[in-house]
Amino acid sequence: MIAHAIFFYIFSFIAIVSAIMVTVSKNTVHSVFFLILDFISISCLFIMIGAEFLGMIMLIVYVGAVAVLFLFVVMMLNVAHQKNIFFKSNQGSKHIPIGLFVSLIIFFELIIVVGGWKYKPELNNISSLETTSISNTHSIGYVLYTDYIHLFQLSGMILLVAMIGAIILTYRKREGLKRQSYFSQISREKIDGVDLVDVEKNKGIKIDV
Amino acid sequence: MQSYLNILLFEVYRVLFLLVPVLVSVAMIVWLDRRVWAFVQKRRGPNVVGPFGLLQSLADALKYIFKEIIIPASSNKVIFILAPIVTMTLALIAWAVIPFSESFVLSNINVGILYIFAVSSLGVYGIIMGGWASNSKYPFLGAIRSAAQMVSYEVSIGVIIINVLLCVGSLNLTDIVLAQEKIWFVIPLFPMFVIFFISALAETNRPPFDLPEAEAELVSGYQTEYSGMMYAMFWLGEYANILLMCALGSILFLGGWLSPLNMYPFDIIPSPLWLILKILLLFILFALVKAIVPRYRYDQLMKLGWKIFLPFSLVWVVLTAGYLLYFDLLPTV
Repeated sequence: MIAHAIFFYIFSFIAIVSAIMVTVSKNTVHSVFFLILDFISISCLFIMIGAEFLGMIMLIVYVGAVAVLFLFVVMMLNVAHQKNIFFKSNQGSKHIPIGLFVSLIIFFELIIVVGGWKYKPELNNISSLETTSISNTHSIGYVLYTDYIHLFQLSGMILLVAMIGAIILTYRKREGLKRQSYFSQISREKIDGVDLVDVEKNKGIKIDV
Repeated sequence: MQSYLNILLFEVYRVLFLLVPVLVSVAMIVWLDRRVWAFVQKRRGPNVVGPFGLLQSLADALKYIFKEIIIPASSNKVIFILAPIVTMTLALIAWAVIPFSESFVLSNINVGILYIFAVSSLGVYGIIMGGWASNSKYPFLGAIRSAAQMVSYEVSIGVIIINVLLCVGSLNLTDIVLAQEKIWFVIPLFPMFVIFFISALAETNRPPFDLPEAEAELVSGYQTEYSGMMYAMFWLGEYANILLMCALGSILFLGGWLSPLNMYPFDIIPSPLWLILKILLLFILFALVKAIVPRYRYDQLMKLGWKIFLPFSLVWVVLTAGYLLYFDLLPTV
């Protein structure tokens, strides 16, 4: 039990410190690396409370895919440079009210959740899952596709809409792009590619391509 | 306190008992890779150091250890040093859940397959960190290519794993092997095995998908600025990953430690040896592919991953699920 507590405090300490470092560190790429460290320690916390499925999914989805894309964007765009311009000009200050508003909402949400957890213990017991006999992967499987199927489908739809939106925003048709078509390459015959022409002397020939 | 210490020492002993053979076999497998490669091209391969050249990897390792480690002045030093460490650590920790027989497994966790999948998806960070921290054009290009490639092929590997899991009904690797006692999954799911093999080649940056290294165009990509022991660690991690993918392939499709037929001449061979033989078989296939297939172009690689493998394996998931549901073969919990 002591070992459990020690590991819990180690992981939560790393999680909180790296979360602070995400916002504090000057280099944006370092921020993303701290974000990854944060994700990893949170997934360790998940595993420690016995939610090994959630912990692994956290690693696969957030660390293995989402954070890689973050790194991609940050490395390609040279965000550090842009950020300096943003803070040196007065442009940045007009976004502060919106930022404050969003953080206020998050703060109240946290108060509601933490308060509910502290003063209304019966709120925790909405799940009537049998956690004794089956692994939590099985128990998630039992409820996810039966009781919560509509929420599951809805979240899938939201993700799909976001994906299509991102594709539409970034897609532009480029002219003069050469694409490979396996089918036309394979189905080429000799007659399409080779043409025998009799050329008159001293006249040459004009080739249409 | 005494009991904690005992547990700790016992665990360290068990970990070393697994890690040391894995590291030795990584060295041996490099020799095997070069030999197979050479035989396909009608060369001899490394045959001077030791019997059949078996000690060649040892000689190479000694050479790497005594070489100077050069850290570029404009590199990001912490991340530059961290990158090979991350690669090698991630390649080795995944072995913790590989079952060599029903009882011989370091950590028999419920979500073993997800653990391997998570660790192999983290593997991309070693490469990105190395490429970015070198602060040089070629390594960065290699790292970007590699990240895109590994993320793309992970998706199809994930869908292939879902196929197997549908037939097993558990995420535990031991359960996955035990579910193949009647028939190995390579027979009913043969197309998935082929796609898994090709995706594993792409996931481990092996030829024909070795675009991140591509020595002809990128002067070996993300490893360009690395030298000495740090280069050797990248290289060890890479081969440990290849072995891991072979082990995963044999567990998912070739019945893990099970013998082909449960009868006299086969069952005298102990079960860990069967798994090792299957890993070797898959690895020789990896080495043969390296020798006989030319490198893919980048757009072809992406097209293969997203437009061919992903739809095909998704359709196969639907087929498998439909078949199991219709004939009432879905595994019970």
